[in-house]
Amino acid sequence: MNAEQPVLKASHLGIAFRGLKAVNDFNIEIGKSELFGLIGPNGAGKTTVFNLLTGVYKPTEGAFFLNGEKMNGASTHQIVQAGIARTFQNIRLFKKMTALENVKVAMGKDLKYSIGSAVLRLPGYWKQESDIDVKARELLSVVNLGDKADFVAENLPYGQQRRLEIARALATGMKLLLLDEPAAGMNPTETEELLEIINVIRHKFDISVLLIEHDMSLVMKICEKIQVIDYGETIAFGKPDEIANNQKVIEAYLGKNEE
Amino acid sequence: MGKFKDKRWAYLINFIAVCVLFISLTAVFNSGSLGTRSTYIKGIATTACYTIIVVASLNLLTGFMGEFSLGHAGFMSVGAYSSAIVTNALIGKGIPNLLLFIIALLVGGLAAAVTGVIVGAPTLRLRGDYLAIVTIAFAEIVRVTFCNLQITGGGRTMSGITKLSDFSSCFWVMVICVTCMYMYVRSRFGRTIVAIREDYIAAAASGINVTFYKVLTFTISAFFAGIGGAMYAHYMTAMIPTNFNFNYSAELLTEVIIGGTGSLTGSVIGAAFLSSLPELMRQFADYRMLVYSVVLLFVMIFKPSGIFGTYEFSLTGVVSKLFRKIKLGRASQ
Repeated sequence: MNAEQPVLKASHLGIAFRGLKAVNDFNIEIGKSELFGLIGPNGAGKTTVFNLLTGVYKPTEGAFFLNGEKMNGASTHQIVQAGIARTFQNIRLFKKMTALENVKVAMGKDLKYSIGSAVLRLPGYWKQESDIDVKARELLSVVNLGDKADFVAENLPYGQQRRLEIARALATGMKLLLLDEPAAGMNPTETEELLEIINVIRHKFDISVLLIEHDMSLVMKICEKIQVIDYGETIAFGKPDEIANNQKVIEAYLGKNEE
Repeated sequence: MGKFKDKRWAYLINFIAVCVLFISLTAVFNSGSLGTRSTYIKGIATTACYTIIVVASLNLLTGFMGEFSLGHAGFMSVGAYSSAIVTNALIGKGIPNLLLFIIALLVGGLAAAVTGVIVGAPTLRLRGDYLAIVTIAFAEIVRVTFCNLQITGGGRTMSGITKLSDFSSCFWVMVICVTCMYMYVRSRFGRTIVAIREDYIAAAASGINVTFYKVLTFTISAFFAGIGGAMYAHYMTAMIPTNFNFNYSAELLTEVIIGGTGSLTGSVIGAAFLSSLPELMRQFADYRMLVYSVVLLFVMIFKPSGIFGTYEFSLTGVVSKLFRKIKLGRASQ
């Protein structure tokens, strides 16, 4: 594998629901530990892109590659195991489980013991369980939830639930993190904290991040590259300041100047 | 706020407690203090043992994985009949009774597990109500099939099954089965199925192969139900396919819910209590089913999550909690 190879590459990716092309000719290249923003007005197809990349929908056109490996047709859990993890626009935690358990659930890569060693409590069980206990607590402290390990997920405040979701995604050992509107419903302080966490994890775990966001100021502030889609088509691509002055983007968000 | 604890000591102590329970129960049965009723009560206790296994196995599905099975009696039936057929074929071949009993249990369990895979693999892609209906249909198919097969007695009572189990063997098989299920639940497998119950989309997004774990758990559940059935067959020595009808499946589900969905302790207590309740209330004669339903109603009104909720009883857990309270009490003085 050469260093130039993008972590995620999609070429001519598209999906049509009957006649409706929700996403069309979608191309993207995300490099190692890059922070990439995907923006667009409501209904532009951003979440559909996420659903394509995570195997919820199967693309009807094109293909996407993770580290050069074709991922088309793989199911959600296979894609996660290969290295793409996501968070959800409307938080999806295991509500009745503790924060620590939420993280542990996603650590399938570190837990390989068989039913036999689970039932007979063989050394493999104790070893792996105590190892992931340490690792899960570490991940929780990365997202500033170190002291919330034994809290039941549904009792955590909103901002912390969002961060717990990120910790759970990290636990899968992924290379590319998809964040679906991570700052939605957060107050400015919480958003600030979140941005910092995103930056920390990006460098600490050497992962790339693809971020969907409505909040333009947030995207402009942290993303290195931005891609704008509207009606399933890519309308602009570039650095934040280029996007901010792009006529097509302004039109998509604010409407065309009729004069 | 605990770090990860090695619980091997706790397991040992709890095991000793189970031994003590067993010794005291047998002592009571043998002391003659129960007089003529001794055998009768021992019978109830034995019945409770296999009911506990089946109810706990159903709780794996309903409580931990959140899928309803309304046909668990079907798996029990498969286990009971297959094991009875095998022991009938093997009897008189000089195999010691204990070994034969173990073979019967394994045959019953495996037969039920195989049917579990056959039923589970195509249907567990479905969720909720659909699975419940499929399991009802499954149990009915089993019942009707066994009513029409020569080898199962063809709708008449299949009798003359060798009696291989008594109270002590049933008790220990029950302890082993419940322990196995507890260990399964308190491991990565249990965590995974609870996660699937909580949110299957998020579970898949955490890298869990949802269908695989569902079929696996369904199969394990069927396996233990089959063992329960095999114990039933070799304790009762006679049975009829209609014993395992829809009513019985519903009764098993009731015991799970009353005991507490998501608590194996609840299943043990719930099954022991509810399976012996009708017998214990014989003196109320005609009113006993009325009392039974009133008990159910009260539990559902005042404790909808079941008597135990998701709480698991552990002797060491209770003792250490007690000590902590005493310490706190001293500190505050």
